[in-house]
Amino acid sequence: MALKIVKGSIDRMFDKNLQDLVRGIRNHKEDEAKYISTCIDEIKQELKQDNIAVKANAVCKLTYLQMLGYDVSWAAFNIVEVMSSSKFTYKRIGYLAASQCFHENTDVIMLTTNQIRKDLSSPNQYDTGVALTGLSCFVTPDLARDLANDIMTLMSHTKPYIRKKAVLIMYKVFLKYPESLRPAFPRLKEKLEDPDPGVQSAAVNVICELARRNPKNYLSLAPLFFKLMTSSTNNWVLIKIIKLFGALTPLEPRLGKKLIEPLTNLIHSTSAMSLLYECVNTVIAGQYSCSVGSVCLRISVVKYLGLLAMSKILKTHPKSVQSHKDLILQCLDDKDESIRLRALDLLYGMVSKKNLMEIVKKLMIHVDKAEGTTYRDELLTKIIDICSQSNYQYITNFEWYISILVELTRLEGTRHGHLIASQMLDVAIRVKAIRAFAVAQMATLLDNAHLLTGNMQRNGICEVLYAAAWICGEFSEHLENPVQTLEAMLRPKVATLPGHIQAVYVQNAAKLFATILKNQEGNTDSTAAQETSQLMIDRLPLFVQSANLEVQERASCILQLVKYIQKLQQKDVEVAEEVSALFAGELNPVAPKAQKKVPVPEGLDLDAWINEPPSESESEDEQPKAIFTKEEPKHSRPRHTEVDEKELARRREARKQEQANNPFYIKASPSSQKVYQETPGVEHIPVVQIDLSVPLKVPGLPMSDQYVKLEEERRQKERAEKKKKEKKKRKEKRSGRGKKHDSGPESEEDITPAHVVDIVTEEMPENALPSDDDDKDPNDPHKVCDIQGNLQDGSQVVVSVIFENKSDSFLKSMEFNVLDSLNSKLQRPEGSGPHDGLTVPFQLPPGVSNEARFVFTVQSIVMPQKLKGTLTFIVKDSSTHEKLDFKLHFTCTSYLITTPCYSDAFAKLLESGDLKSSSVRLEGVNMPFHHLLARICFHHHFSVVERIDSCASMYSRSIQGHHVCLLVKTSGQTVSIDAKCDEPTLLGNVLDEIKQTFSQC
Amino acid sequence: MVCTDNIDFTIPLQPAADRRMIKFVLMVNRQGQTRLSRYYHSVELSRRAALEADVVRYCLSRKKDQCSFVEYKDFKVVYRQYAALYIVVGITDSENELSIYELVHNFVEVLDKYFSRVSVYFSLQSELDIMFNLDRVHIILDEMIQNGHIVETNKSRILAPLTAIDKMVES
Repeated sequence: MALKIVKGSIDRMFDKNLQDLVRGIRNHKEDEAKYISTCIDEIKQELKQDNIAVKANAVCKLTYLQMLGYDVSWAAFNIVEVMSSSKFTYKRIGYLAASQCFHENTDVIMLTTNQIRKDLSSPNQYDTGVALTGLSCFVTPDLARDLANDIMTLMSHTKPYIRKKAVLIMYKVFLKYPESLRPAFPRLKEKLEDPDPGVQSAAVNVICELARRNPKNYLSLAPLFFKLMTSSTNNWVLIKIIKLFGALTPLEPRLGKKLIEPLTNLIHSTSAMSLLYECVNTVIAGQYSCSVGSVCLRISVVKYLGLLAMSKILKTHPKSVQSHKDLILQCLDDKDESIRLRALDLLYGMVSKKNLMEIVKKLMIHVDKAEGTTYRDELLTKIIDICSQSNYQYITNFEWYISILVELTRLEGTRHGHLIASQMLDVAIRVKAIRAFAVAQMATLLDNAHLLTGNMQRNGICEVLYAAAWICGEFSEHLENPVQTLEAMLRPKVATLPGHIQAVYVQNAAKLFATILKNQEGNTDSTAAQETSQLMIDRLPLFVQSANLEVQERASCILQLVKYIQKLQQKDVEVAEEVSALFAGELNPVAPKAQKKVPVPEGLDLDAWINEPPSESESEDEQPKAIFTKEEPKHSRPRHTEVDEKELARRREARKQEQANNPFYIKASPSSQKVYQETPGVEHIPVVQIDLSVPLKVPGLPMSDQYVKLEEERRQKERAEKKKKEKKKRKEKRSGRGKKHDSGPESEEDITPAHVVDIVTEEMPENALPSDDDDKDPNDPHKVCDIQGNLQDGSQVVVSVIFENKSDSFLKSMEFNVLDSLNSKLQRPEGSGPHDGLTVPFQLPPGVSNEARFVFTVQSIVMPQKLKGTLTFIVKDSSTHEKLDFKLHFTCTSYLITTPCYSDAFAKLLESGDLKSSSVRLEGVNMPFHHLLARICFHHHFSVVERIDSCASMYSRSIQGHHVCLLVKTSGQTVSIDAKCDEPTLLGNVLDEIKQTFSQC
Repeated sequence: MVCTDNIDFTIPLQPAADRRMIKFVLMVNRQGQTRLSRYYHSVELSRRAALEADVVRYCLSRKKDQCSFVEYKDFKVVYRQYAALYIVVGITDSENELSIYELVHNFVEVLDKYFSRVSVYFSLQSELDIMFNLDRVHIILDEMIQNGHIVETNKSRILAPLTAIDKMVES
């Protein structure tokens, strides 16, 4: 017996403890796995012994091994044994091991329930503490159910150390066993006001987490949290509370107002960057009108988060971000890629006409410096994105843009050749004025093709040759030296390019050939023309041998053609005319939705069946076949004529009726549009209209930089001209405002683009116009207050606009402009363009309001309309141009005129049967009936015809003579309105508007 | 007293990724060896090794002047380097990165206070300290973070149980 004890203690002396294990592993770097497996064998032996100290030591080592990635689940029972040791030093080792190794599916956890309960109620606070910590890691639904009561009792323990742990673990219990939340909640809430800050913070944590998913249930706690927010000094707790308020404010808008003050205080006082960041984030998310701009600067110390926050601010307060442009550009120099990418994202939203060139120039420098293709490619796409965004809105000089694109082709190893190519094509096709320049550039590119073809990667840079060849061919009349370009296109090296590019080369070589023939035939010397033909005949066979079908086919086709031409040339026959006829006709850009504008030819009913629909049983049988025959009907249109004349006339009538009622249909009545009806054809598809104010011709490959300079000069010139004009005006008017016009920084409005791209969307039918309601910024000091539509003869509408200056500065030179839609147009004085603004005939001192009237012509009145508009003005003190966007809302109601009507006329009208009826029910209207009627009369321009008890008939007329009749009945809180009108669309919209009026009260 | 009747006590099932919490804390050295790991959501043992290796490789590859927050798969990683040791914390997307960044430093300060022998944060000696006293470091960590949430940040309060244990062991 004694021997055994001695043997045990000697064994223990030679046992390894954790330190030995760590050292051992470090000393056996070569055969670590082997060493560890012997250690595990030793540990298994140790676990078999009775001595708890040995076991605890073994478990401690196992914990270390588990961390290194070894599976120790086989020792789970031994861990439970050590957990149940009465000695705290061993017990904590057991719990630690359990918290690291156990998970929900460990079956021995069932055995621990009683042990944990015993530990929870232990008089030693550390026993309880360690049990709670352990439990938080491996609590299962069963454990949660069994122990919920015990933990709840601990929440009121005398020791704060236990209380805080118990509170926090309750969150885990709630998740595993949701039934426990109801009984525990009052106590949890109590803990928010615990004298101990640790317990408080734990309770805040738990409630914040609970509230995040279900915020409205916790609104009642808001005052408590508000108190905590102003009193707590623990940053981590404050962050949680602010996050909670972030979730609560959308539900209770009043909370937002209350929060502004403490949040601003925190923003200005805290030294903790994390808290500052959280506050700013909440401010941004809640869109409180806070001094966000100043905060950005402080936050930008932490670049990544600063940029992240800025991108959020950009959406709401673009101006305040734009002032930090330099800072953001600096971030592009950062070594960290994620920062650079964030900065790039920001730049996208920041460009304007004024700074585009500058920003792109900086980006180009970065492209040259950039290491790693991914980032460089990202830069490339961003440059193109920035330039081409919203229809090249910010580009004022397209020659500059083309040279940027050409410069980009010199990038090695980019994958975005395709993107560059499509941009080149797009610009060359849509901006007519740029074509000569583009062709010159592309010719140079083709000439230097060998520089690009090194990269044969798919989508590689050689894709631009596709665009270059096409542009040179299509617009070959602009080429200076077409023979040289033709020669470049037929070089043997071309055969190494991808097939689809070769095909374009061959085809466009033919186009070039046609142009050259045309040029040379005028000359007396016919040898030059024959030499060109010979060149084609010499070079084309190379392409005829191509493995690519398309290339082969085109090449052999063209080769035969050229051979034939050569024969004719030798007989001195003039062929140029005929050859160029092959490629006659100019390619014009077409808006994507232009098809809609082509009127349907008279007599074609698109809805009519061309072939009688097959009977159902048949179609079921031949389901798969139908897929292939689907396209067929299109080709067999002529059959349509078989429909007999009468039927046709009837349909035509019906369609006309429908068109007349459709506000989106372009009607035949206005004289300018009549032409459409008579000669339907491609000529009326909207095409690009370009005018070029300053033609520039720069030979060779120019650097984009020189354009920046040129552009500067151009703008300077323009500015000078403008100033001259202004001076003249001032003289004429003798307006002694005394203040000289500041020639300092030019504002956005001053820059007129050198080339204009068609804004294709403007050509669309009005339903393509975007519309959103929340456009009016309630915080804007210069607010257009009230817009009323008054009515005049026919379909002219007078809109009186009240301008109120809510700012502190004097506003002058106001210009009112509206983006016309097809349906409604602002009437402008004769001689002014269709997009010119109207000058508001007065100036506004601070706090003053005044009214101006504008006349609109309206075609159809059956639909409500929203017109977008802008008001530009000059703030006198700072001499800055400001812009204010607004929307004019033409409701259908505003087209109604209060017209009295007698009851007998009213009855006749209803009997006539011409009117379509519709009805609407309003629930929960809590007002006397006569108030209700007064409201309809006032807001919707109706007059009461007759009233009997709780029933009334009402009448109104539209400016185009539509009759609108209402029968209003009320019972209790329900109001039903039966309505009749000869225009169902108008009626529907008027009823909707009435409904809205009552839903607001 | 708050009226608890109108509170809806259902806890909506939320995916783990959506919860706002700390997912794990790692301490690794420059060689990428894990010196301490603590997971606050269950991850299979086999996947832990792969995850650790991946995250650590990612953090180690970043230069000293690069940002300490990294987006990794569906969560974020906040890391800080102290001499030879990296402390890497995985957090869910909605957690405040900076607060975790500050928490890491707080943790290091506590460690420094406890292992007071080293004045410079984390030299090789302190790496050994952590390895040899893994259980104690775990106690410190457990005092600060419990089931993925910050529970205590006051240094002396964090160390109170540990000093009590040390006294027990000595006696």
